[in-house]
Amino acid sequence: MVVSPVILMLAGAAIGAAVVAYIFKRAGGLWLLGLGLGAIAGAFGSALFLAPLDYCTFEAGRESLDRAFGLILAAAGTAIVVAPLGWLSGKLLRHESLIEGQQSQGAFRHWWIAIPLLAPTLTILLLFLYYPSLETLRLSTMLSRLGARREVFVCVDNFTRLVEDKTYFETVVRTMYMSFFIVVLSMGLSLLVATMAYLPIRGASIYRILLVWPYAMSPAVAGIIFLLMFNPSGGLINYLLGKWLGIKLGWLNDPKVAPWTIIMASVWKSMGFNILFYIAGLQNVPKDLIEAGAIDGAGVLRRFWHIVWPMLSPITFFLLVTNLTYAFFETYATIDYLTPGGGPLRSTTTMMYRVIQLGVQNNDMGKAAAESIVLFLTVIGITVVLFRTGGRQVTYGV
Amino acid sequence: MTVVSRESARVTPAIWQKVRRWWPKRWYAHLILILACFMSGIPLFYALIVSTQTNAEVFRYQFTPGSGLHENWHVVFYERHLHTYMINSVIMTLGITLGKTIFSLLSGLAFVYFRFPGKWLVFGFVLITLMMPTEVLIIALFRFINKLHWQNTYWALIVPFTASATGTFLFRQHFSSIPAELSEAAQLDGANPLQFLFRVLVPMSWNTIGALAVVQTIYAWNMYLWPNLVMSDPDMQTVQTGIGALRLGGGALRFGPLMLGTVIVSLPPVIIFILLQKQFMSGFTLTRDK
Repeated sequence: MVVSPVILMLAGAAIGAAVVAYIFKRAGGLWLLGLGLGAIAGAFGSALFLAPLDYCTFEAGRESLDRAFGLILAAAGTAIVVAPLGWLSGKLLRHESLIEGQQSQGAFRHWWIAIPLLAPTLTILLLFLYYPSLETLRLSTMLSRLGARREVFVCVDNFTRLVEDKTYFETVVRTMYMSFFIVVLSMGLSLLVATMAYLPIRGASIYRILLVWPYAMSPAVAGIIFLLMFNPSGGLINYLLGKWLGIKLGWLNDPKVAPWTIIMASVWKSMGFNILFYIAGLQNVPKDLIEAGAIDGAGVLRRFWHIVWPMLSPITFFLLVTNLTYAFFETYATIDYLTPGGGPLRSTTTMMYRVIQLGVQNNDMGKAAAESIVLFLTVIGITVVLFRTGGRQVTYGV
Repeated sequence: MTVVSRESARVTPAIWQKVRRWWPKRWYAHLILILACFMSGIPLFYALIVSTQTNAEVFRYQFTPGSGLHENWHVVFYERHLHTYMINSVIMTLGITLGKTIFSLLSGLAFVYFRFPGKWLVFGFVLITLMMPTEVLIIALFRFINKLHWQNTYWALIVPFTASATGTFLFRQHFSSIPAELSEAAQLDGANPLQFLFRVLVPMSWNTIGALAVVQTIYAWNMYLWPNLVMSDPDMQTVQTGIGALRLGGGALRFGPLMLGTVIVSLPPVIIFILLQKQFMSGFTLTRDK
């Protein structure tokens, strides 16, 4: 199969033209104009990622995996350019304001004064977020070492090698299951505890303070305290287990157990945050709604399931996203103190941990950048799935 | 027979009532809550105990304060330099929090009180950064900091984190809710935008500023990965990366000094968090509303 830049551009142009023309037509604009704009955007989009790579994935001697990757890049580029264009033109054609809450009165004269006001924020975002983002993309196609004078262009090898790398696949699966248990255990237990702390019982406010403070501890400190309790040779837990039950577990050096030690430490640290927000959420559930349920004869569990749980859905959703970020990124410090080096047989090496190992310790920045991009896409992907499945059912207020 | 049973029938409810008075309502809630408090409290309680013990006492698993506090204190502050790490952390935390607050105030002012061409584009440019977590571009950022020769400087710790889409957004929302008459009146009085910001807007925004500051302070104090990458000099460590060194010494793992250090560095954020819980919550919920 011969794939040339021209064919890809034509394909991108066709898709872009169709999408934007459709949006123009629905919004009541000139659909021919949409056709033209979409075609230009689509053609440009297909080249967005591939032109900087000089279409290297389609060179002679490349494997089919490379070519498939090239096609994905073309499709992604097209989507990235066409989707915002469609969204924007739709909004403009319907004469909708692009940002809500625009204040039209009370503006100062001399609009240029806004430039120095915005300058610090914009400069820092540009230098320390936008530039590194683009640099990550560039590095991911390089063989690059810190301090080395030359960089070698390796096309998309850093990515395609990941597909064949069994240890990487294991890392991804491990990250997923550790994150899953951290998020689910922490949020589930927190909801139970918060429901109890919300009941009108004596000492509720004292319980609340005693429950939420672990949030302020750092993930690093959580690791250190769990190191004290769970270290296999002299830790308290193994001493007590040995004394009472006659067993000892390799909390940190058994590859089967070590991930669970990390999960426990992370759940311990993150529960305070979740309890805090669940209690706040419960306070927002209207009391008359629950009373009405009680009058209708619904039991405690039915009332919870049919009245309280739906009312909590915005909080649950917010906590899901926050906890997910925590499980993917911030557990790094806990892992680094509990199982430095990523655990026995890499059993606690998460995707984030691997990025740092590769990029900083092995000084292979190209590979690390490629894995960062995969990590980013994974997190974005999970968030989008959550939005699509959970976000729709979210009930906002009564 | 009948008399006795009648008597016992009269007695039982009395005892039962006593039991019920003593037995708390919703005992199951108390049970679960006490259990949860224990689970969250025991690790820290044990760390507190160990921080006063010598290594020998730690491995005797005593649950009473030991005799090693003085020695541990000496290790923490004289052999190792926890105060150096704490100074570094304070500088970093203050720098990040102040920078974020001031720069966000300025950009919030620009977005609400100025009309300039391409405003929505600039706002979009800021807003999109919400989707770029530092962690996923940390390799390139690390490389960039190395190119700037900022390793082992406070610049590397502070500057990259002083711009904030969250903060900009927060202040933009807040300023939009302030009546326009105020800015018109200020302009009539001949105030310039900065005077208007610091004399009128800031005094009206202390809640929002406090909320942002609390969240940022705890975040900055607890940072680990980034300081760990850019600070290789032992004297430039922050508390989170520096405490690890407390356990090494004398050839064996020493838990006493490690725990003393851990407890000391955890106190500031925990105290701030407990005292300013309301501000913390609103800092998070304000950003969630959008």
